[in-house]
Amino acid sequence: MTARIEIRNLWKEYGEQVVLEHINLSVAAGDFCTIVGASGCGKTTFLRLLLGEESPSRGEILLDGEPLTAEPGPDRGIVFQRYSVFPHLSALRNVMLGLELRGAPLSGRLFGAKRRRARDEAAAMLEAVGLGHALEKYPDALSGGMQQRLALAQSLVMHPRILLLDEPFGALDPGIRADMHQLVGRLWRENDLTVFMITHDLKEGFHLGTRLLVFDKLRHDPDAPRAYGAGVTYDLPVARADQRTLERIEADVSRSEALAPQSAEAEQASETRPAAQPTAGADAGAGARKGATTP
Amino acid sequence: MKRIINQRPRRGAALLLGLLPFVLVVIVYAFASDARLTANPNDKLLPSFATLGETVSRLATEPSKRSGDIELWKDTAASLQRLALGVGIAALIGLTFGVLLGALPYLRAGLAPFVASLSLIPPLALLPILFIVFGLGELSKVVLIVFGIAPFIVRDLQQRVQELPREQLIKAQTLAGNTWQIMLRVILPQVLPRLIDAVRLSLGAAWLFLIAAEAIASTEGLGYRIFLVRRYLAMDVILPYVAWITLLAYLTDLGLKQLSRLLFPWYHGKEEHA
Ligand SMILES: Nc1ncnc2c1ncn2[C@@H]1O[C@H](COP(=O)(O)OP(=O)(O)OP(=O)(O)O)[C@@H](O)[C@H]1O
Ligand SMILES: [Mg+2]
Repeated sequence: MTARIEIRNLWKEYGEQVVLEHINLSVAAGDFCTIVGASGCGKTTFLRLLLGEESPSRGEILLDGEPLTAEPGPDRGIVFQRYSVFPHLSALRNVMLGLELRGAPLSGRLFGAKRRRARDEAAAMLEAVGLGHALEKYPDALSGGMQQRLALAQSLVMHPRILLLDEPFGALDPGIRADMHQLVGRLWRENDLTVFMITHDLKEGFHLGTRLLVFDKLRHDPDAPRAYGAGVTYDLPVARADQRTLERIEADVSRSEALAPQSAEAEQASETRPAAQPTAGADAGAGARKGATTP
Repeated sequence: MKRIINQRPRRGAALLLGLLPFVLVVIVYAFASDARLTANPNDKLLPSFATLGETVSRLATEPSKRSGDIELWKDTAASLQRLALGVGIAALIGLTFGVLLGALPYLRAGLAPFVASLSLIPPLALLPILFIVFGLGELSKVVLIVFGIAPFIVRDLQQRVQELPREQLIKAQTLAGNTWQIMLRVILPQVLPRLIDAVRLSLGAAWLFLIAAEAIASTEGLGYRIFLVRRYLAMDVILPYVAWITLLAYLTDLGLKQLSRLLFPWYHGKEEHA
C-alpha cells in the first residue's frame, strides 16, 4: 500500500535562512500526527508545504504516490488559528460553500434538488461538530471555539485526503481547548481522517494522535543561527511514548525556544543537545494504529 | 472629577448639543439680516426669513414664466440624474477593477501604476477637454464625475481586497474554488459594503464636480441655477439652493448607510458589539 503522504529529503530555504532540512517521512492513511516544536522552528512552513502554498527548495512530497499539486486544493483541508471562516456567510452557508464551489464551476451556486442535498449534508456536518443549533448565525456571532468548530465542519464536508490543523485551538481557553481536542479525536475516528496537527499544548495534543513528530534543529551553529534548519528529531508512535520521553521532549522544546535565532546570545551550543533520534522512515507509525489510543 | 476624555453626554444631551451650532447660526443670521435690512430695506445680501420663505414657496410650487416648469424640481431632477449616473458608473468601474486588481497579481502589476497616475490628474483641469470631446451636453458632466471619483474607488477597493486575510483565500482554494468562483463568492460579497463606504466618501467630490460642470455649461440643474442668479445677487434663491443641496447630500449619505445595514448585517454586526 502506498503511504498517504511520502516525504523524501525535503528542504525549505528562504534566501540565506534554512528553515527545514532533510526531512524524510512516511505517513499512512489514518495516521494522526501531532507536531510540536519551538516557536519559529518551521512547523507552519512544513504545513504550508503540505498544503501546496509553498513549494520545497529540494526534495518532494507525494500524496498517495502522486507528486503534490503546487497550490492548495480540495484534497487537503486546513484549519488555521484564525480567519478560516467567511464572515459574510452564515454557518450553514459557510459549510455549503465548498459543496457549491465543487458542484457549480461557473456560478458557484447550487439550485433545486442539488442545493437541498448540499444543505442537508452541511447541516449534518454542523450537527456533528456541535453547531446544529447555530445554522443561521454569522461567524461574528459565534465564540472563538464555535468558529473553529465551523472551520472544521467546512473542511470535513469536502472529505479531504489529509486534514491540516495549524494550532487550531491555540487562541482558546484551556477548558474549551480540551473539548475541541476531544472533538477532533472523535471526528478523526468517525471520518477516517489523516491528520497533521500543530500544537503548543504537548500534554493534550500528544494523547490525541497516533504519532508525535518533534521538529527541532539537528545541528546548531552559534555564529550562524540561520545556517541550519529544523528536522524531525523525534518520530514516536504515541502508544510507545512514556511519561519520561514526554518530559524530555518538553524540556527540549523549551530549550530550543531559548536558543531561537532572535536571542543572539546562543551560548549553549549543539553538544548540549540530546542525541537526536533519526526519523524512522516508512514504518515509524507501525506500532500505533488507529484505535491503539483513546483520548 | 473624571477626566474630560471620560465624560460622555447622554443620548438626549448629545442630540441637543448637536443642534446647538445650527440654532446659533440661525440666530446670528436673523440678527445680521435684520440689522442690514433696517439700514437699507433694499439690501439683497442677507434676505429676511420671510423673503426666503416666499422665494422657496415660489420656486417649489409655481411654474416659471419662461419655461412653464417648476424650477426647483426640474433643477433637482436634472442634477440628481447626472449625479446618480456618474456615481453609479464610477461605482461599477470601481467594483470591477478594484476586485480584479486586488485579486489578480498580474493585472495589478500591469494596471495599478496607471490607475495611480490617473488619480493624480486634477479632474477639473480635464473639463475643457471633456467639453471639446463630448460636447456641452449631459455626457461630459457625467464623465467628469466618473473621472473624478472612479480612480479613488478602484484604489480603495483594491486595497480592501488585498487586506482580506490570506487564510480566507487559501481556505477557499481548499474548498475547490477556482479563481473566478473565489472572486465571485468570497471577494465580491465582502467588498460590497466597502463599496458603499467608498461611494459615501466620494459623494462630496461628486457634488463638487457636478456643480462645477453645471456652472460652466448647462441649461438646468442646481449648480446652473446658483450661478445664473448670482448675476442678480439673488441671495434669496442661492441660500435655499445651497441648503437644499446640503440636505440632498445628507439624505443620500444616510440612505446609503441604511442600505448597507440592511443588505450587509454581517458587516455592521461588529460595530454594534463594539
Ligand atoms: N515567507 C517567508 N519568507 C521568509 N521567511 C519565512 C517565511 N515564512 C516563514 N519564514 C521563516 O521561517 C521560520 C519558520 O517559520 P514558521 O512560521 O514555519 O515557524 P513555526 O514553527 O510555525 O512557529 P510558531 O510556533 O511561532 O508558529 C521563521 O524564522 C520565519 O521567519
Ligand atoms: Mg506557526
